[in-house]
Amino acid sequence: MAVSVDEAVSTGPARDHTAPARRPGGRGRSVLEVALLTVLAVVMLFPVLWMIETSIKENRDVYAIPAKLFDFTVTLEHYKDVFVASDGGRSALSVSFLNSVVVAGASTVLATVLGVPAAWAYSRFAVKAKKDQLFFILSTRFMPPVVVVIPIFLMYRQVGLIDNKLGLILIYTAFNVPFTIWMMKGFVDEVPAEYEDAAMLDGYTRLQAFWRYTLPLLVPGIAATAVFALIFSWNEFVFATFLTSSDSVRTAPPAIAGLIGGTTTDWGLVAAASVVFALPVLVFAYLVRKHLIAGVTLGAVRR
Amino acid sequence: MGTLAAHGLRKSFGKVQALDGVTLDVPDGSFFVVLGPSGAGKTTTLRAIAGLEKLDAGSVHLDGRDATGDAPAARDLAMVFQSYALYPRHTVYENIASPLRARRCSSSEIAAAVEQMSSLLHIERLLQRRPAQLSGGEMQRVALARALVRRPRAFLMDEPLTNLDLKLRVEMRTELTRIHRSIGATFVYVTNDQVEALSMADQVAVLKEGQVQQVGTPTEVYERPANQWVAGFVGSPPISLLACRAEGDRLVGAEGWTLPRPRWTTAEDGRPLLLGLRSEDLSVEQRGSASLSGELYGLEPLGDRTVVDVRVGTEILKVKARPTVTGTPGERLLVTVDLDRAHLFDADTGLSLSEAGR
Ligand SMILES: Nc1ncnc2c1ncn2[C@@H]1O[C@H](COP(=O)(O)OP(=O)(O)O)[C@@H](O)[C@H]1O
Ligand SMILES: [Mg+2]
Repeated sequence: MAVSVDEAVSTGPARDHTAPARRPGGRGRSVLEVALLTVLAVVMLFPVLWMIETSIKENRDVYAIPAKLFDFTVTLEHYKDVFVASDGGRSALSVSFLNSVVVAGASTVLATVLGVPAAWAYSRFAVKAKKDQLFFILSTRFMPPVVVVIPIFLMYRQVGLIDNKLGLILIYTAFNVPFTIWMMKGFVDEVPAEYEDAAMLDGYTRLQAFWRYTLPLLVPGIAATAVFALIFSWNEFVFATFLTSSDSVRTAPPAIAGLIGGTTTDWGLVAAASVVFALPVLVFAYLVRKHLIAGVTLGAVRR
Repeated sequence: MGTLAAHGLRKSFGKVQALDGVTLDVPDGSFFVVLGPSGAGKTTTLRAIAGLEKLDAGSVHLDGRDATGDAPAARDLAMVFQSYALYPRHTVYENIASPLRARRCSSSEIAAAVEQMSSLLHIERLLQRRPAQLSGGEMQRVALARALVRRPRAFLMDEPLTNLDLKLRVEMRTELTRIHRSIGATFVYVTNDQVEALSMADQVAVLKEGQVQQVGTPTEVYERPANQWVAGFVGSPPISLLACRAEGDRLVGAEGWTLPRPRWTTAEDGRPLLLGLRSEDLSVEQRGSASLSGELYGLEPLGDRTVVDVRVGTEILKVKARPTVTGTPGERLLVTVDLDRAHLFDADTGLSLSEAGR
């Protein structure tokens, strides 16, 4: 999990890495720098490596003492167990993955559809007490989820949204809309309002002008913002744990957490499930990495 | 038809009063120039007429009909933006076609119109490029083409030539005047360049700090500036202003000089005045009845003429002279003044006192 977030966030610093190339001498990184980066990489990546190893080790090797780093027997049993139940049907874990896809996908789409036009409006129009409104919108994110979850739980119980995917979609959307508005407002600010003015004089309405000439310029920003929203919803643990209980509704984070504990823990299964869980976001962040960088450096690139 | 009337436009941005009661009456088919320094409110005025700026007060009438609340698209105006505002993801062709697409013209009509515009403005080669691949002059032509591709009620142009180099600017000035004459449409043209204003306009409105200072033909604005500020802003080198007051039949300068009192002024005795003298109405080469004595301060050779700076007391007079004129700084000089062409302003209000009797 931490991996995918790092992947997404590291695009900022990635841009800074180009700067040292202009150092006097310009002969690449110093030995010390390489050594430090190597240490950092090992420390950061070892748990990931260990997770991947565990997911492909036979159970015997998983519990072996001393731990086997290289000479273990490779098996894909654990991965099969993630998707297929012991009776041959679909496993509870695979259902939870599907739930995660639905919940994260739907809440991201909703947050984008609601947040982008709102960001545009905040950027383009004279809104009364704009700064206060924007601060209020952001302040909804200050509260730690554990603080909010009890009242939400009580309210959801009243309206029958407990143990319901729609409930999770709504709460994730509510969390992602403020983030989307804030991040997208920055992107909209970067697009000169005069394109829309020109389009309106051409004969388009304000909305047509936005749709035809501003929206296409926002695509990189929307992609970047949506990835962050998706990662938030995909990773979310607290609300998912409190608000859902049945296997058919639960998302992957509480489902994977549920594997740990009891008398014995099948670490191979936990590791395999974690790898499968981390993979989509990793791949997604990788696919849109150009947009992510374009997004983070938009101002620098375009001016 | 294309008459355009803006009355009492007021607009503030926070503490800045960008428009402070701007009134303009633009006759049909005229080349109407709004002239003013940067920050005077020229862009805001145009945007208000176009419907892009919500006004605090005032009205906009188009062809006699109140259009104050109309959406920009409903006003049937075309605008060239100071920044050009070409759509960055679209080709030059699509940029020029945009106003026609918005009006659902057929693609054959569009192709014909774009072709006609691009040959008029010599941008045929550029049609498949994107704005980022154009030079400033080319972008400016494309922006013009996008405006000229249809026949709106009027064209609004916001300093379209400001970003061009001098040679291109002079060429485009002639070109625009020619286009205006050939299509006979109403142009509202904003500039901070007084040469542009004087050479292109039928009518000039001089704007300062959101207020119209004077409206008139270029000759009127140059020959009969309504106040000291307009006199100083229009004309190059700038008009020289000398503090003085009227005493009987004489003008007495604060620096001790005296000149005969011009017949045409209504100034009362003793009031603090400013005598405005343009460089071409002064001479160091000819002798006349009225003159000021001073010393040579510097020479600015400009090729076709030389501007001689003459110090009178603590004040500097700019005098136009032949390019062959010579002299050494500090040398005593007699400057002949053509008092019939001089200007007098009230030093307190800045208003012209020359109007009567001329
Ligand atoms: N959108 C805006 N927000 C705040 N101030 C503005 C805005 N537009 C213009 N102004 C201010 O209004 C005044 C007039 O601006 P403008 O019409 O652009 O002048 P000009 O085009 O003559 O240079 C300036 O002081 C400018 O700073
Ligand atoms: Mg301007």
